[in-house]
Amino acid sequence: MLRWLARRFAQIIPTLIVLSMLIFGLQQLMPGDPAMILAGEERGDPVVLAQIRAELRLDRSLPEQYLHWIGNVLVGDFGFSWRIREPVANLILQKLPVTFQLSAMAFIIAVLIGVPAGILSATHRDTPTDWVANGIALFGISMPNFWLGIMMILLFSVELGWLPPSGYVPITEDFWQSIATTIMPAFVLGTGVAGVLMRHTRAAMLGALAQDYVRTARAKGVAERVVVWKHALRNALIPVVTLGTIEFGRLLAGAVLTEQIFTIPGFGKLIVDAVFNRDYPVVQGVVLATALIFVGLSLVADLLYMAVNPRMRQA
Amino acid sequence: MVLAIDDLTVDFTTDRGTLRAVDGVSLAVASGRTLAVVGESGSGKSVTALAAVGLLPGSARIGGRIALDGEPLTPDRQRALRGGAMAMIFQEPMTSLNPAFTAGEQVAEALRIHRGLPPRAAFEAGVAMLDRVRIPDAERRARQYPHQFSGGMRQRVMIAIALACAPRLLLADEPTTALDVTVQAQILALLDTLKRETGTAVVLITHDLGVVADHADDVAVMYAGRVVERAPAARLFAQPEHPYTVGLLGAVPKLAGGAGRLASIAGTVPDMRSPPRGCRFAPRCPFVIARCVAEAPPLMEMAPGHASACWRAPLSQVLEAA
Ligand SMILES: Nc1ncnc2c1ncn2[C@@H]1O[C@H](COP(=O)(O)OP(=O)(O)OP(=O)(O)O)[C@@H](O)[C@H]1O
Ligand code: SF4
Ligand SMILES: [Mg+2]
Repeated sequence: MLRWLARRFAQIIPTLIVLSMLIFGLQQLMPGDPAMILAGEERGDPVVLAQIRAELRLDRSLPEQYLHWIGNVLVGDFGFSWRIREPVANLILQKLPVTFQLSAMAFIIAVLIGVPAGILSATHRDTPTDWVANGIALFGISMPNFWLGIMMILLFSVELGWLPPSGYVPITEDFWQSIATTIMPAFVLGTGVAGVLMRHTRAAMLGALAQDYVRTARAKGVAERVVVWKHALRNALIPVVTLGTIEFGRLLAGAVLTEQIFTIPGFGKLIVDAVFNRDYPVVQGVVLATALIFVGLSLVADLLYMAVNPRMRQA
Repeated sequence: MVLAIDDLTVDFTTDRGTLRAVDGVSLAVASGRTLAVVGESGSGKSVTALAAVGLLPGSARIGGRIALDGEPLTPDRQRALRGGAMAMIFQEPMTSLNPAFTAGEQVAEALRIHRGLPPRAAFEAGVAMLDRVRIPDAERRARQYPHQFSGGMRQRVMIAIALACAPRLLLADEPTTALDVTVQAQILALLDTLKRETGTAVVLITHDLGVVADHADDVAVMYAGRVVERAPAARLFAQPEHPYTVGLLGAVPKLAGGAGRLASIAGTVPDMRSPPRGCRFAPRCPFVIARCVAEAPPLMEMAPGHASACWRAPLSQVLEAA
């Protein structure tokens, strides 16, 4: 177990180094000169521009800039936003919980819909229940989030007036108000993942239900309900858990667009604003943090896989 | 009789039409006895056993009567008794246990369902059961998962599950086919011992006539969904009456150290979607006469406990005359 973890970390570190280089390198391709944008009214003044460039180390070579950035990151310093004039780490820590809440809610919705629907459609294979569940899953996967978001705002906020159309209240401030502001975007985000989870659960359940051990359970006199929800599901969940963790990572990343629609001040809004303002330290920081979360999640996925799969445990 | 099957028919509806997999099968097993069911692949052995415990898929239509200890087995009773008063073990020990649960849990589950034991007591009874099927160090092994067991040990766990609730009837569908010869002998010896201790009636489905000779009291030979011959084991080997049985015995290496001749029966099993109208063995039978093709022979008693479905019976006289 410890050796496995050590091996896993040994894999992660080079991955992160290459990732950080990519993040830094690709950013250089963004059009526009950040110094010009920051200079604003004074963008015609070469002295001001030179001063800004020196201050931001834009006059150094790219490797130098990269090493400076990554060196600071390693000691926990993500730099200082050029635009908002705040440490990037602070911005990330402020916005991350918002996006995390949104993604977590979306994920819960996706699991609550996708897993039971997948089980039902597997146990009712080739019946109308199966067809309806598959139809809904396809709908969930293929429907664009922005369209569903706008439709929900029109229905629940404009037409019925049940939910606020936009904005965000932190969960620490007012629990129910916070849920009210995030439930629609969470649902919009969750539908796609629900569809993916449903399809995978269905396939895994069909596989599990055809296994010999399911016949053994029936021969033992286990009630059909228990055969499905214990004997088959326990095995079917092994691949679904891994997939679910990865989908959760995709939710965090996918929140960008949905946050824009519902004007939720999370990670998505932070990075979109930063890109428009050429606020490199923020862009780099947010993307690197996202990558770190992904790497962390894939580790979690592996740990969960071991936890649910006895065959992996003794290694 | 513990198990009495009378005129059982099983039809499957498939995309390519209806198929009668079992056609008028009657079998009976008494307490403490072993009935071997033999026959080529596809002859309906497994389907007959699955019908008895009620484990056939929904696409099967079942006719005839099945009774356990004289009481008819309705689907509801089958559901209630399965794993308790009647148990079944299967051919594939490698895949028949659930990989996600420990061996002990899987034995204990049967005891919780049928004996209503609380989890702790069920687990302890499960350990005792694993010990009874001669799994060394049962206490520790009970906490291990199936992948930590060998094939033979897994089949012992399967037997422990099946016998946990001291069933009146055990259906063993080729329980040792997937195991190597020494392990096979150990498992069958174990089944014999447990059967003697508990008086369980055993239906042993097998391809292996050597196994029949060593472990069965009675034999039913099946061909294309029908029982073609039924006899006490010793008598069947000494004096087979049905041409198919004669062929099968010819296909076994002679038991008493003889020439070890391995002759298989020419031809193949009929397509069960359109079986021959008369005797189903007619296309392959060296003794065929006109009546065989026109009319199906019923099982006819030729000696107490010995019946054969053949128009040329008693075949022993035909063979002598030749
Ligand atoms: N679920 C099913 N649907 C359709 N046909 C089936 C089904 N199960 C069995 N059959 C058919 O019923 C017939 C008898 O099958 P069965 O499994 O009882 O044979 P068997 O004697 O046990 O053979 P084997 O020695 O190979 O195990 C076969 O022709 C098989 O194709
Ligand atoms: S009835 Fe005729 S075809 Fe059938 S086994 Fe007897 S002799 Fe052969
Ligand atoms: Mg079979």
